[in-house]
Amino acid sequence: MPGKTLTRADLAEAVFQKVGLPRNESAELVEMVLKQVITGLERGETVKLSSFGSFGIREKGERVGRNPKTGEEVPITPRRVLVFRASNIMKTQINDALTKKKAAE
Amino acid sequence: MIKSELIQKLATSNPHLYQRDIERIVNVIFDEIVAALARGERVELRGFGAFTVKHRAARQGRNPRTGETVFVDEKFVPFFKTGKDLRERLNRNYRGT
Repeated sequence: MPGKTLTRADLAEAVFQKVGLPRNESAELVEMVLKQVITGLERGETVKLSSFGSFGIREKGERVGRNPKTGEEVPITPRRVLVFRASNIMKTQINDALTKKKAAE
Repeated sequence: MIKSELIQKLATSNPHLYQRDIERIVNVIFDEIVAALARGERVELRGFGAFTVKHRAARQGRNPRTGETVFVDEKFVPFFKTGKDLRERLNRNYRGT
């Protein structure tokens, strides 16, 4: 998928344009939103954002892995991984838009 | 945590803003991410993660109940990859349950 990459700066610009907060405050708010989501996840909470999707934590037990280079068996320690599940609204919106875009090319 | 709780937390730390503005800010941010993906762009948020869209080719599938062969159209699916920083933060002090 070629093309642009959006970053925090673009999200801050959108907040500035659409909500009308000053630019620096828009950037701070973007940061605060991300920080709140991260804090919730760190506590092991699921973060559900209706019409966007949900972020959840999976706890993985210890398992045996292998160093692909040497073939040596190494234990993989228990860990927490983040999984994102997109909402159906998000999936439909993206699939419809890109299917149309592709058909038009 | 659900969206209303996220908005509530932001409202507490930003008493100078109206709650409905905070609601709009949160919606603008997440709507903007979806809109970018729908344009075929990717969204990279350092320290958090990256959203991309993956293309799945059309394939012959099978209805597992009836065994009937069905054609599954190609599709575009959103994907999230956790950022390195966040992955490490989630495991700081975690030793398993």
